[in-house]
Amino acid sequence: MTLLDFFSRNSAELITLTFEHLFLVVVSTGIAILIGVPLGILLTRKPALSKPVLGFANIMQTVPSLALFGFLIPLNVYLFHVKILGGIGARTAIVALVLYALLPIIRNTFIGISNVDPAIRDAGRGMGMTDRQLLFQVELPLALGVIIAGVRVATVICVGTATIAAAIDAGGLGRYIFRGLRANDNVLILAGAVPAALIAVAADLLLGYVERAIQFGGAIQWRSKKLLWSGAVSLLLIFGVVSFFLRGPAGRIAVGSKDFTEQVILGEILAQAIEAKTGLQVVRRFDLGGNLAHEALIAGELDLYVEYTGTALLAILKSRPLTDPQEVLRRVKTEYASRFKLEWTEPLGFNNTFAILVRGDDAKRLRLKTITDASKISAQWRAGFGQDFMSRSDGYPGFAQTYGFHFQEIREMDLSLTYRALAENQVDLIAGNSTDGLISRYGFFQLEDDRHYFPPYDAVPVARQATLQKHPEVRSVLQQLGGILTVDEMRKLNYAVDGEKRQPGEVAREFLRRNGILS
Amino acid sequence: MTNGQTTIEFRDVSFALADGRKLLANLNLQVNNGETLVLLGRSGSGKTTTMKLINRLIDPTSGEVRVDGKPTIEWDPIRLRRRIGYVIQEVGLFPHLTVEENIGVVPRLEGWDADRIQARARALLTMVGLDADRFARRYPRELSGGQRQRVGVARALAADPPVILLDEPFGALDPITRREIQQEFRSLQHELGKTMVFVTHDIAEAFVLATRIALLKDGEMILLGLPAELLQSRHPEARAFAQCFHDSQSTGSSA
Repeated sequence: MTLLDFFSRNSAELITLTFEHLFLVVVSTGIAILIGVPLGILLTRKPALSKPVLGFANIMQTVPSLALFGFLIPLNVYLFHVKILGGIGARTAIVALVLYALLPIIRNTFIGISNVDPAIRDAGRGMGMTDRQLLFQVELPLALGVIIAGVRVATVICVGTATIAAAIDAGGLGRYIFRGLRANDNVLILAGAVPAALIAVAADLLLGYVERAIQFGGAIQWRSKKLLWSGAVSLLLIFGVVSFFLRGPAGRIAVGSKDFTEQVILGEILAQAIEAKTGLQVVRRFDLGGNLAHEALIAGELDLYVEYTGTALLAILKSRPLTDPQEVLRRVKTEYASRFKLEWTEPLGFNNTFAILVRGDDAKRLRLKTITDASKISAQWRAGFGQDFMSRSDGYPGFAQTYGFHFQEIREMDLSLTYRALAENQVDLIAGNSTDGLISRYGFFQLEDDRHYFPPYDAVPVARQATLQKHPEVRSVLQQLGGILTVDEMRKLNYAVDGEKRQPGEVAREFLRRNGILS
Repeated sequence: MTNGQTTIEFRDVSFALADGRKLLANLNLQVNNGETLVLLGRSGSGKTTTMKLINRLIDPTSGEVRVDGKPTIEWDPIRLRRRIGYVIQEVGLFPHLTVEENIGVVPRLEGWDADRIQARARALLTMVGLDADRFARRYPRELSGGQRQRVGVARALAADPPVILLDEPFGALDPITRREIQQEFRSLQHELGKTMVFVTHDIAEAFVLATRIALLKDGEMILLGLPAELLQSRHPEARAFAQCFHDSQSTGSSA
């Protein structure tokens, strides 16, 4: 599928994402202007402040955006009962973008005003202008070109950084980029990157034009200046109003997901089942990177999402690996209840663990059933492992030791590439994910973990206790979903999205219908 | 307000920078109503400092400057400055405003209505010898040096202040334009009868325009008198300037 095909097929979504992106950029840059320009002016009046303030803005620019998001999400700051800081979504993304955009705006305002010819300033003062009149009638108009140049830089920074905002469910073109990275789909990556680049170029050209109009065209006429400002203000207002109405009513259930296909499908399954059975309004906050879903759940930004027992044990509770599924579930249940006031509900029925895979015909020919069988003949084998498997505490080193593997060669590569490498006989054994749709597509055989080395990764919806108390009907929906998915079923659903390129929502709906949960 | 004999008075005024460098020492000087006092001296002699003390761009370190009988430090600086027109070298025009808007700055600050400001700007342009229809809507960078200076003078006159300060207003002009504009300015002086303080380092200019000349050197006034008195003075600085004057007269007559 070419990029143009993709655009014509998904034009509605593309427009929505583009508007989300523009919204993030315009609001962030707008707020950064409202903060940065007065701050820059203040610095010209109190030069002693310029070092600490510019220093702070400088440091903010060097903080990696994902780290900044991670720092902002757990915050909980209210102003007149309106949450202004913390949580996932556009709010946090905007706060982060504003912090990035501040430096060029403050700096250029400060420099622009400082560089006004002192003789001109003297002329103004000598004519009897007050400081305020001097500022608004002389210094700001003369510095405007430099200030606009700062806004231009800030805008381009925002357009780029806003793509990362998709990691915290703030929407925008980053969604395509993240989805594309996940599915190893270049068309999707370009579908996000190309429009974002076009927005950046367009914003740069437009503001560059304004900048030149001011600097060389010599002070645009007062009337067109007014037009420019009123245009900018009304644009901000429109975006504000639109975003206000997009928020929707209160008392909703927020369902989250991590940022890979299986999670999005599971999120849709939960969301659609709750919508159908309870009549509650469901907000979907999918594609949350890293541990953001967990943090959002604690911050009250999410009500539930599907977590894996092993991930909770190792990555969140930082506990030692355990292998007994019942014991792991019991551990995470009690720890989550006491530490986070979160409840592990009914397991969905499948275990998304590492799957040690070989080609189906090899398994048949060599009569391989278990990993132990394979370890006996592995001396001539080449293995392909993802970076994740090589580095985790429940990954390769313990695995090789437990089963006594000595491969002829180990090739470390991106997880998605290991499948292709196995299919093309470049390696003989890989460690995939047990629910990956590609396993059935390529006809791979999953060897049994007969020594129970891998911790269980049972998929279980985790919900806020408060939510379940307030909406007991959600609990009964989750009970109905208990045990509904086998590994095989999950593989098929994943393949429908990754392999057949179908929409997760549609795949989830079909699944729920087949199981009698949707009519 | 202009019926007193003395409009501006310096009483034992000194001014030093924060680092202690003295720019002006023990200046005593009166500027009479309606006269043009020229502050003459080399660069760094304290001329501009003297001028900035009048409209309170700086305050004296010791002594006092009186305007209309009241010490400047008791004046609201904004009110004081709006009563005093101010012309500096060509950079003083606001580059982002048209000629008309530049002239209208003080009237606008004083809250005149737009029609009155426009009429005033046009009248002043005509007065300083510029065609209002052609020049009103131009920006300073679209003017020649001489035209800019005329606009600068017109701007200082806009709100009809009783006192006008001019800090080397014609300094950046070529000699011919300079001479023309000096002559025009001289007739304007007679027409308006304003009190003026005029800073220059050019003694020929001082002779064309001055009622009296104050000669400054290294922050001290070494002579105050009529132009003719300067030519007769035996002070070495006065003789140096007088020599310049004689040179310029001989080259000037051959030009």
